[in-house]
Amino acid sequence: MAVDLPKRAYSGAIREIVVGKGDKSFCVGGETAYPFYTFEGKIPNPPKFGLDILDIEPEGWAGALLEVYGDSVKNPVTWAKKCVELGADMVQLTLQGTDPNDKNLGADHAVLVAKQVSEAIDVPLAIWGTANAEKDVEVLRPIAEELSDRRLLIGPVIEENHKQLGAACLAYKHVAIASSPIDINLAKQLNVLLSNLGVTDENILIDPTVGGLGYGLEYTYSVMERARMAALTQQDDKLQFPIYCNLGIEVWKTKEAKLPDSEMNLGEHKQRGVLMEAITTSSLLASGADILIVRHPDTMKLGKQLVAEMLAG
Amino acid sequence: MGLTGIQIFQMLPKTNCKECGVPTCLAFAMNLAAGKVELSACPYVSDEAKQKLAAESAPPIRTVEIGTGAGAFKVGGETVLFRHEKTFFNPTGLAVLTSDDEPEDSVAGKLKRFNEFAWDRVGLTLQADAVAVRSKSGDAAKFKALAEKVKAETNRGIILMTEDAQMMAEGVAACHDRKPLLYAATPDNAEEMVKLAKEHKLPLCAKAGDLEALAALVEKLTGAGVQDLVIDPGSRQIGRVLHDQIHIREAAVQKKFKPFGFPTIVLPFEMTDSFQMETVYASMALCKYAGVVVLSDFQGHNLFNLLLQRLNIYTDPQRPMKTEQKIYEINNPGPESPILCTTNFSLTYFIVSGEIENSRVPSYLAVMDTEGLSVLTAWSAGKFVGDLLGEFINKTGIKDKLKKRNVIVPGYAAVIMGDLEEELGSDWEVRVGPREASNIPSYLKENYS
Repeated sequence: MAVDLPKRAYSGAIREIVVGKGDKSFCVGGETAYPFYTFEGKIPNPPKFGLDILDIEPEGWAGALLEVYGDSVKNPVTWAKKCVELGADMVQLTLQGTDPNDKNLGADHAVLVAKQVSEAIDVPLAIWGTANAEKDVEVLRPIAEELSDRRLLIGPVIEENHKQLGAACLAYKHVAIASSPIDINLAKQLNVLLSNLGVTDENILIDPTVGGLGYGLEYTYSVMERARMAALTQQDDKLQFPIYCNLGIEVWKTKEAKLPDSEMNLGEHKQRGVLMEAITTSSLLASGADILIVRHPDTMKLGKQLVAEMLAG
Repeated sequence: MGLTGIQIFQMLPKTNCKECGVPTCLAFAMNLAAGKVELSACPYVSDEAKQKLAAESAPPIRTVEIGTGAGAFKVGGETVLFRHEKTFFNPTGLAVLTSDDEPEDSVAGKLKRFNEFAWDRVGLTLQADAVAVRSKSGDAAKFKALAEKVKAETNRGIILMTEDAQMMAEGVAACHDRKPLLYAATPDNAEEMVKLAKEHKLPLCAKAGDLEALAALVEKLTGAGVQDLVIDPGSRQIGRVLHDQIHIREAAVQKKFKPFGFPTIVLPFEMTDSFQMETVYASMALCKYAGVVVLSDFQGHNLFNLLLQRLNIYTDPQRPMKTEQKIYEINNPGPESPILCTTNFSLTYFIVSGEIENSRVPSYLAVMDTEGLSVLTAWSAGKFVGDLLGEFINKTGIKDKLKKRNVIVPGYAAVIMGDLEEELGSDWEVRVGPREASNIPSYLKENYS
């Protein structure tokens, strides 16, 4: 029996953004259809996966993570190399040590670690601050300058510091990760502000702010779906950017990811954390993620397999 | 659904009797068109109008109930493609597979976990919905025995899985009074399966090799008088599955294509041997429209996470999730422990309580009912203010348990400090905590450990 399937008319496309430099650089974005709707349009660049490392030895991390990385977590350079060996498309260096509410390490430390990590790996590198507007300017700006040949991804660029960080990205040719608090209008507004500043369209990614599984995932999910809708069917050119999801940190800080085996009937802790991260990943893929930063390499493997199979469908 | 307020108004009594709660029939018609009220609120509407309106407002996807009594669950009844357009209504049913050639202890373990696994979250109980009983041995007695066992040991839904109609009859004999879902009618066995489904008024799955064959099969089954259908386009490759699920939902919702106006079933257990990958497939099916998902096994680590995802995806985006108003004890607090305050928006509660747990500092968390608003919104709406918060804390009687009486307000609501001090009295110390929950652990460690 003939089936008359509806066909959506798309009027826009997501911009293609080049991440990193050299042989291992890659393109994200370029979609002309909703996530994995390959029957309606093109998904030219499969979503990419990055692993998240810290500038200092992690404290209070789940055993499942510490076990897989072993001693490498004691040194960001070894850790970053390990991530590349594990097959990461890119690495995100989170500057946990610079958190003013914690160790409050300074720019010298941050620049040194970023430089060492950058020299040790050839895959694209993202540098992620602590979302403290002033402190992030203090540490991210000198990193942008020092690594001006690297085409880094720099974030989170938030409304409060978009001028300083936007200018740094502009001056040293990096990509700004424009981060807004789970709100499509604020996401758009920040992109407008960055444009006004002179940051060009090929240098912006959207971070919608990720709520992990059970911790606000539904908000991120719907903001991303709405952003894609506006971008692809309503010609909203200030939302036509690839989406960057920094989800590992959100998943692995939850109580559920850290509980020991069998506590609350929640099964094996190793699998539980990975599956929490993997389900967050698949949900974000379904709603439009282009780059996903996770913490467990098994999540990355599952995610990559899912992406490959979904695009083969 | 398709009718405008004016069209509905034409069918109403136009007496403006006000008994429905609004002043005019026109206002009622407008509310009805917007889906804000039920037609049953009008005591005088004619039967003819009722029928017409019911037909117009029937969801484009039929609601199908599986099981009986308190253990029953509904699937389908969906009206939109994206959750933000309204909401998704009936959460994907999660089922665990058992087979009649499976070792007894394996089945016993699955049934035990199925019965035991239940988690409370935001006042809801998260649990799975059904046990699937599959004929694999080819032995009708074994199939029947397994169906009887599942019926005896569980009280939620049952899915009988065999394409052999004679075999299915054995399963139906064992548990038809529990209203099992029959999986599946195919183009080859449709007549016999229809007979079984009709005899006991059971929901039936239609399974075909592709979308066109599925549409033809559904026509055949509905033509033969079976309306409670669950449909399976037969795809088992995740990309293909996703496309089929999308096509089915869109054809039903946007084109009102009747053969696809039914909930779907997805079988990740047939798609991979990897437990983790199976869970990932299930999670994708959960996002994109599956009515029922059958997995090879439930463990705490896959089921809990899938239930959380289901809760997230199926939460009504227009209605904030709320947590119970009370003082929560975290990390075994004592008389010296501080009280942190926040609102009862469930996300706020989860995040704040999680960060307090992370700090390992014994604390109380006073969660005030703000109708599910977050801190800043509740404060600007006048629902999270000093005198109300003070009144709440006083009423709980927590004061008598404490020696130190420190209360910490969220950094974003620092302005409520004065009123709170006044309300609580001088034997309390009110402090301003961090603005962001992520800074709670360092704040507590610094000040209270």
